[in-house]
Amino acid sequence: MENTRLLEMRGIEKYFPGVKALQKVDFSLNSGEIHALMGENGAGKSTLIKVLTGVYGKDAGVIRLDGKEVQIHSPQDAQRLGISTVYQEITLCPNLTVAENMYIGRGNGAITNWKKMNESADRILKRMDIPARATQQLASCSIAVQQMVAIARAVDMECKVLILDEPTSSLDEQEVEKLFGLMRDLKELGVGIIFVTHFLDQVYEVCDKITVLRDGQLVGEYEIKDLPRVKLVAKMLGKEMDDLSDIKGETESYSGEDADEEVFEASKLVSNAGIKPFDFHIRKGEVNGFTGLLGSGRSECVRAIFGADRVLGGKVKMHGKPVKIKGPKQAMKNGIAYLPEDRKIDGIVGDLSVRENIILALQVMKGFFKPFTKAQAYAFADEYIKKLNIKTASADTPVKSLSGGNQQKVILARWLLMHPEYLILDEPTRGIDVGTKIDIQKLVLELASEGMSITFISSETDEMLRTCSRLVVMRDRKVVGELSGDDLTQSMIMSTIAGGE
Amino acid sequence: MNKSLIKKITSNQLFIPIMALLLLAVINLIVDPGFFKVTLRTNNDGNPVLSGSLITILDYGSELAILAIGMTLVTAASGGQDISVGATIAIAGSAMLRVLCGTNPRPDAIQAPIIVAFLVACLVGMLCGAFNGALVSIFKIQPMIATLILFTAGRPIAAWINFNRLPIVPDPKFKYFGGFIPGIPIPTTVFIMLLCVLVIALVLKFTNLGLYTQAVGINEKSARLNGINPTFVKFLAFVILGLCVAVAALIKVSRIATINYNVIAKDIEMDAILAVALGGNALSGGKFNMWASVLGAYVIQALTTTLYKFHISSDALAAYKAVVVILLVFFSAPKVREYVGDFFKKMKAKKKTAQLVAVGDSAAEVISGENEEVEEDN
Repeated sequence: MENTRLLEMRGIEKYFPGVKALQKVDFSLNSGEIHALMGENGAGKSTLIKVLTGVYGKDAGVIRLDGKEVQIHSPQDAQRLGISTVYQEITLCPNLTVAENMYIGRGNGAITNWKKMNESADRILKRMDIPARATQQLASCSIAVQQMVAIARAVDMECKVLILDEPTSSLDEQEVEKLFGLMRDLKELGVGIIFVTHFLDQVYEVCDKITVLRDGQLVGEYEIKDLPRVKLVAKMLGKEMDDLSDIKGETESYSGEDADEEVFEASKLVSNAGIKPFDFHIRKGEVNGFTGLLGSGRSECVRAIFGADRVLGGKVKMHGKPVKIKGPKQAMKNGIAYLPEDRKIDGIVGDLSVRENIILALQVMKGFFKPFTKAQAYAFADEYIKKLNIKTASADTPVKSLSGGNQQKVILARWLLMHPEYLILDEPTRGIDVGTKIDIQKLVLELASEGMSITFISSETDEMLRTCSRLVVMRDRKVVGELSGDDLTQSMIMSTIAGGE
Repeated sequence: MNKSLIKKITSNQLFIPIMALLLLAVINLIVDPGFFKVTLRTNNDGNPVLSGSLITILDYGSELAILAIGMTLVTAASGGQDISVGATIAIAGSAMLRVLCGTNPRPDAIQAPIIVAFLVACLVGMLCGAFNGALVSIFKIQPMIATLILFTAGRPIAAWINFNRLPIVPDPKFKYFGGFIPGIPIPTTVFIMLLCVLVIALVLKFTNLGLYTQAVGINEKSARLNGINPTFVKFLAFVILGLCVAVAALIKVSRIATINYNVIAKDIEMDAILAVALGGNALSGGKFNMWASVLGAYVIQALTTTLYKFHISSDALAAYKAVVVILLVFFSAPKVREYVGDFFKKMKAKKKTAQLVAVGDSAAEVISGENEEVEEDN
């Protein structure tokens, strides 16, 4: 099949009050092409996508579809033109059935032929090899399947351009593979796919071309074979990378007298989140991690440690002494801090200011009747804004108006301010840009070298390998192995997760 | 500099209630300047007291302001409203009368000190609040549905407390709280309100009530993971409202020294909720500004008093208030704000081009044009 120019965006500009979000950005997409759109957070990827899908109006530039200039004023316009989007967060209705979700808002009249709808939905699901039934309630499907249903809906609407905005951030590897299979099928059908992601591996696995944006400007468009990884990262950051792979060597591990002391020990710990009882321990200055597929129970384990879920049983010791941790507050009092997996749902308090978000945990520790003075609070906030290089207009800015990476830093600041002995970081680098990722990894090792014990969870195994000295491997909500020393390799982790020999 | 100041003022939460108050003042000034007349006259007890529409607003607005304090906290923490306020005022008031009069509805002297009766009322108010609070925080029932129970059952309970009789408090001192203290021409309610505002100001300053309440209202899950107990924070908000209800009940019962179970504090919950909304606080919870709510209460009362001034019957009053609610909701909708903002931006742009044209013609015109703009900004 001959690949024709499907979509062309020329000289797109978009301004927000005080910010030039996009400046003279060009982007083009051929049919039957998977095109990665890369850039750090705030580089303008989302803005470009939103201009294309009619969520934002553009301030200048032209968009051509099949060679004809088009005006896209609303998401409906975009849909009519054959531009469909699947967002990072599922935007379907979980309480409706799969078929209803696929056809909602697409009927011509008031009457729905349920039988026909369910039949055709089943047909599409089958053709795309999606493990769901038409009459199943969407909420009962896994996130990955929900995502696929969203794509099925988009594809069935005869889209020419499919935009996938971070579709893989909540999928595990098998699910990602399935999604990629689906993407390749669509590619064969001549659909042009725009793929926005933070995962470099995935870009190199499925994409044909890469367009890199930085600070709202176009850096360039590249064939995938012309742009090796290191160069891509360099282009995104706008500087040559000082080696992504080995940061562990740069920082020394903690070597105090009490380096061998067990800071935290748990035996037969179990919570109501459906995990099998597990044993766990961490030494002073150690960085370890839980690894496993998504849904294997790694988050549930650390939540049990922090008391975020209801603890049903097990013994916990801090520094060898038995303690009771029934809820977050008791965990905090024992010097445990927990940065949750989902920063929007569990982390930030959106409408409160950066300052209030930073001091929140320490304030709760200090007590209800002892509020910090304004001056103290500002001093704390300013200290950590500077320390972690949080990009915010001021300490009074509502935290929800910050970019994802900076919100994450705010929550990190909140817990660091508490000066915990034991810090749990659950997916601290998810959905944030490469620069910030490395900042956080470096920070983790630095804190550990000062004697803080840290548990680190990440979906990216190479990230875990870079930071952790010991990995607890989980499968099906059970601890199935522990790796350290020379066993810490990609292949060892894979085979332990997979089980068998 | 000048513009940023204007923006600061208009974006302040107190801007809307103050503007509404000014608007009402202007309307009254045009229609009947007598609205602003305050006279010193002698009341039935022979004491010199201030009277006039403004004093009425201060007097009745104060009881509303006290309720608005509690309602603001409940709204912020639970993202819902308590609609049982009027009914619980009846319960607390009835309990107060029961203590003061005992079993005899026409006693010669009060059976217990007023302070004891008031404390009992506080306890009853807080119990009602605790009941609502437990339903909302522990059993996770929507606030409006949870409080519907006492909204419906409250007045019969109040009547039952006094065996459906209407006791009359014989002690003239009891009338001071909703009236005047001899020698002081300002309504006592104003002092009670000031005391309540002072107490809540101190509480907000010296505890983390504000931070906790807002954190729970904005993101309950996150608040919990930071060691806050959302259940307790919501419960506490309802109990505090219960306390406010008891204070309001003291004023209400004191005004007539007796009680009418079906009429006392009727529909007051709607005014209290309106006060919170008028103060620019989101009824879906989260961030709040206490002083905007208090100011909002006086705006509502000013509106009510103004409408009475226009001889609108109390039955029709609700319809007029509804108009205000509609306007309020309309103008605080993000969409409308966007349009208005765009409109002003376009106006400014037009003016600028007009000025540029004027530069070619005559410098003097530019200056006058600028003056116009400054005037408009002010």
